[in-house]
Amino acid sequence: MSTRLQTGGRLIDRAHRESFTFNGRQMAGFAGDTLASALLANDQMLVGRSFKYHRPRGVVASGAEEPNALVGLGSGARFEPNQRATTTELFSGLTATSQNHWPSLDLDVGIVNDSLARFLPAGFYYKMFMNPRPFWKYVYEPFIRQSAGLGRAPKVRDADRYEHFHAFVDILVIGGGIAGLQAALAAGRAGAQVLVMEQTAHWGGRAPVDGVRIDGRPAADWVADTLAALDGMENVTLRRRTMGAGVYDHGYVLGYERVTDHTPCTEGPRHRLWRVRARQVVTATGAIERPLSFAGNDLPGVMLASAVRDYAVNWAVSPGDRTVLVTNNDDAYRTAICLKEAGLEVPVIIDARAEAAGELPQAARGLGIRVETGKGIARVKGGKRVTGVTLCAQAGEGAVLEEVACDAIAMSGGWSPVVHLWSHCGGKLTWDAEQAHFRPDAEHAPTSHDGRPFVIAAGAANGALHAAATLSDGDASGKAAVKALGFKAKGGAVARAEAAGEKPPAPVWMMPQGADIKLRAKTWLDFQNDVKVSDVQLAAREGYESVEHAKRYTTLGMATDQGKLSNINGLAVLAQSLGEEIPQVGTTTFRPPYTPISMGAIAGEARGPVFQPLRRTPMQDWHEQNGADFEPVGQWRRPYCYRRGGESRADAVNREVRNTRQNLGLLDASTLGKLLVKGPDAGRFLDMLYTNMMSSLKPGRCRYGLMCNENGFLMDDGVVARIDDQTFLCHTTTGGAEHIHAHMEEWLQTEWWDMKVHVANLTEQFAQIGIVGPNARKLLEKLGGMDVSKEAMAFMDWADGRIAGIPARVFRISFSGELSFEVAVPASRGRALWDACVEAGQEFGLMPYGTEALHVMRAEKGFIMIGDETDGTVIPQDLGLHWAISKKKADYLGKRAQARSHMTDPDRWQLVGLETLDGSVIPDGAHALAEGHNANGQRKTQGRVTSTYYSPTLGRGIAMALVHHGPDRMGEVIRFARLDGGDVEARIVDPVFYDKDGEKQNV
Amino acid sequence: MSEPTNALGGVRYDGIAMIEEAGPRGMVTLRGDLDAPAFQKVAIGVAGVAFPARRAIVLDGDRGLAWMSPDELLLMMPYEAAGDAVAALGERLGDAHHLAVDVSDARAVFRVSGGAAAREVLAKLCPVDLSPAAFEPGQIRRTRAAQVPVAFWMADDDSFDLVCFRSVARYVFDLLSTAAAPGGTVGYFRHGA
Repeated sequence: MSTRLQTGGRLIDRAHRESFTFNGRQMAGFAGDTLASALLANDQMLVGRSFKYHRPRGVVASGAEEPNALVGLGSGARFEPNQRATTTELFSGLTATSQNHWPSLDLDVGIVNDSLARFLPAGFYYKMFMNPRPFWKYVYEPFIRQSAGLGRAPKVRDADRYEHFHAFVDILVIGGGIAGLQAALAAGRAGAQVLVMEQTAHWGGRAPVDGVRIDGRPAADWVADTLAALDGMENVTLRRRTMGAGVYDHGYVLGYERVTDHTPCTEGPRHRLWRVRARQVVTATGAIERPLSFAGNDLPGVMLASAVRDYAVNWAVSPGDRTVLVTNNDDAYRTAICLKEAGLEVPVIIDARAEAAGELPQAARGLGIRVETGKGIARVKGGKRVTGVTLCAQAGEGAVLEEVACDAIAMSGGWSPVVHLWSHCGGKLTWDAEQAHFRPDAEHAPTSHDGRPFVIAAGAANGALHAAATLSDGDASGKAAVKALGFKAKGGAVARAEAAGEKPPAPVWMMPQGADIKLRAKTWLDFQNDVKVSDVQLAAREGYESVEHAKRYTTLGMATDQGKLSNINGLAVLAQSLGEEIPQVGTTTFRPPYTPISMGAIAGEARGPVFQPLRRTPMQDWHEQNGADFEPVGQWRRPYCYRRGGESRADAVNREVRNTRQNLGLLDASTLGKLLVKGPDAGRFLDMLYTNMMSSLKPGRCRYGLMCNENGFLMDDGVVARIDDQTFLCHTTTGGAEHIHAHMEEWLQTEWWDMKVHVANLTEQFAQIGIVGPNARKLLEKLGGMDVSKEAMAFMDWADGRIAGIPARVFRISFSGELSFEVAVPASRGRALWDACVEAGQEFGLMPYGTEALHVMRAEKGFIMIGDETDGTVIPQDLGLHWAISKKKADYLGKRAQARSHMTDPDRWQLVGLETLDGSVIPDGAHALAEGHNANGQRKTQGRVTSTYYSPTLGRGIAMALVHHGPDRMGEVIRFARLDGGDVEARIVDPVFYDKDGEKQNV
Repeated sequence: MSEPTNALGGVRYDGIAMIEEAGPRGMVTLRGDLDAPAFQKVAIGVAGVAFPARRAIVLDGDRGLAWMSPDELLLMMPYEAAGDAVAALGERLGDAHHLAVDVSDARAVFRVSGGAAAREVLAKLCPVDLSPAAFEPGQIRRTRAAQVPVAFWMADDDSFDLVCFRSVARYVFDLLSTAAAPGGTVGYFRHGA
């Protein structure tokens, strides 16, 4: 059984107990434990079930590479699935639940998949669920969704807060082991701005665990001294619990800081996403130990040798009383020696190599440990945990030589440098045959904008596995980064690391090398996605020769651990199956993030009220306090209508329309775009932008204009007011302000740079209020300050002055067909004018109205709306707007495009009005039905509805539509599809439904 | 006759840094040929401060002149003085091609103070190097805060003035307050303001 040792534990504080629960069971650990070490200390070997076969799984590793020990952490608003127990720091009150089991972890029904394993080979889903096709959606997928998947998604809104942080540094060092710290020291001494990220809570990496000595002292002492030195440098910043998540173009790096994961419910953000611009990046990310591929290597109790050592040294946890070590290298012997020195039994060391004569094997033998060379594991015995192991000759096919009882197995297949960050941005790898791993190829480093390398790998991540080499490589990397930036590396003594010498490992990709199919089908490569040696071999036989294809077919390396343990072993098996060399097969692509990062960290502050900017007019508070129902218009929220009492939205809209037509309406029009265009060439410029003539507009007058893009399609419209000889004020649609501004600047900067024109966006400078209805003039006269009589201010005039004492510009324009003024005042006075209107307007029957009443009234008048009548494929000619297209102008944007044959085609659908025969409202977007069906068996159409409303003025449904030959078919009745399958008859009419002669606005 | 009001009525938030809505402040956008000596002379004359270098701002009490782009300046003055400034610019620049317009009401202004913490609050939202060595008084930066455009400069050694469009004043205040919420000290700019 796994248990806590009486003494030792470099990282735990036995004086501070932390209580936690696992699947509801109370357990205790110490401060400094990880959840994994605490579970093992409580003899909780079984921590989860595998993805596909629901096999029992235990802790394998001690760090970020852990594939099995994924748990659901926390509950309610702090629940998070798929958290690695090995990187979760223990705290009192932690609650963890195991995943992928039903009904319980110990008794799992899904384990039946395990006995069916030979019916569920690689590519099973692809082969099985192809036919019949409807079965996928209704039978197979729901079934697979039910049975597959790891953690469950949280159901409650996250209680925590997250944030981003932008940092700019000369040198970013990722990894706080001895190589990273030494690199930081070299960079810091040279005066560079340095940021060091370490993903765990502890500095120093593996060196203190592995008994490395630096300058004659324990590595931990050197680490402490170095940290103190770095901390004293103003140009160096050290961040623990911060993982280098991804390296991107131009030295952009994402760091993932887990700020309060270990102290939940404290103030502050839970995670912080560091968005770093680094001129040079040093990846000192260490190495990951590889598993060995033998039958039963997934049973709880089989662990990486380095992890066994970590648990013993760091947390005083032994995974078992009797641990068998199986290895292909010298380094793993450290685990046997460490266990033996802790007073635990190591019945046998199984070394796949023919000879083990290095310093460490000799030391192990010296401690009385039996070493069997040339041997392998034939099979692991046990069900939910290891009970023993059978030995065989590594060179053979698995004939059992002997059986050894044990309760844990420490395995080591050698070490793979963590090349992920090196590779994210294009760094290439080279196969190191002696150490049997891929390591960064310094000749093909990731390059920046200037074509020069910006990433340098350091230490074990660079293949410098032995401590002495690790430290000196860290120093060299730091100095190389310094040099690349033009700093001068400072001298100063470089520490020397010492560790026992090691003989080279022997590559072992299968154990025994001739394992039969029965063994291979129980030999796991990818623990999390349940991919076995036999699956990869099957993929190779079925023609998946590319490693990328084999990966997707078998799902090897596609789980949340992204194959940190399985990739190299898997591609070695693939290479063997294909009869190729490993470097020829290559690796799959390493993509960020290095380990999963929280969605919260990605979102940062963008949630709740600041999820998205909401633009507010100066009158927004009033709208909120007066019953407004809002609708989004761009990033604004405009009042759709103002409900009174128990009114429905429809009733409110009808009331607002009637009241505006009969009395007085008030509209917040502040959101309309207002672009000031000024310069000697302003008239010429606007003549090019608008389809109609603007240069002939007189100061003091307004003109409605249409704006098309260079393909001729209508993109915006609005009223242009000429302020003076050189100055125009262009109103745009609410949603168009920013992009029309950008449109203008683009033409001025890229094409017509010789035009003397400046543009300023004044949208936010003014609050604008529409005063609309038969009583509009009365209200303005009561407010006082300007002569707005018919004589002084004709339709389409504007004038500056003061209204109610507030500096104002009054436009006499109308989008409703009523007598109407729009009054623009400085935004800071907008609310004051609105309040004054509301108060003074009571005697005239004033009611505010929203965007829907605005829409209804403009539709009653047959005015088009950008976004309703237009959709990016409509030209002004489709809408009967020929009157707004100048015939005199030599050119305007869109003119040539509108002359193309398809644009002049008489078969283009044209705008008409519609009146339903039964008075009902046609559904929005409904298609006009034509006879017959098209080649796809769909009903032919002859038009579509662009706007449709109930008109309270006319007491019936009205609509605008684009209809084939529409204007030639006045009076004809056509049919429109309804959503319920029926159709509705409508008569084609003039789109101007109300006050065709414009008498109401000309009073 | 109403008084001009600022967008949020002068709100404040006291967190790891202090966030205060300032203003209303007089602001005038001036576009033209920044290299022309005559243009510079008029800008200096109306602004009442020296001409700023590229990406710089010159401040003197409540008056200031900021470089906004290769053909745009921002003049700052008391709110009431903006109208006269526009008139004076138009008069003195005469026929020289330019655009001068009062934008005082188009903006909201926030003061973010608290030394290193103020730098950290902005660095959470803006992709700008806010280290003391990189961003100093006298500089202006047009950038974004999360999802909206902003510009900021240092009002003194410990505080920043940040301007945004008026309609997003609430969003920007909420952003700054969120970034300044208790426990949010990053500790990155620990070596100085």
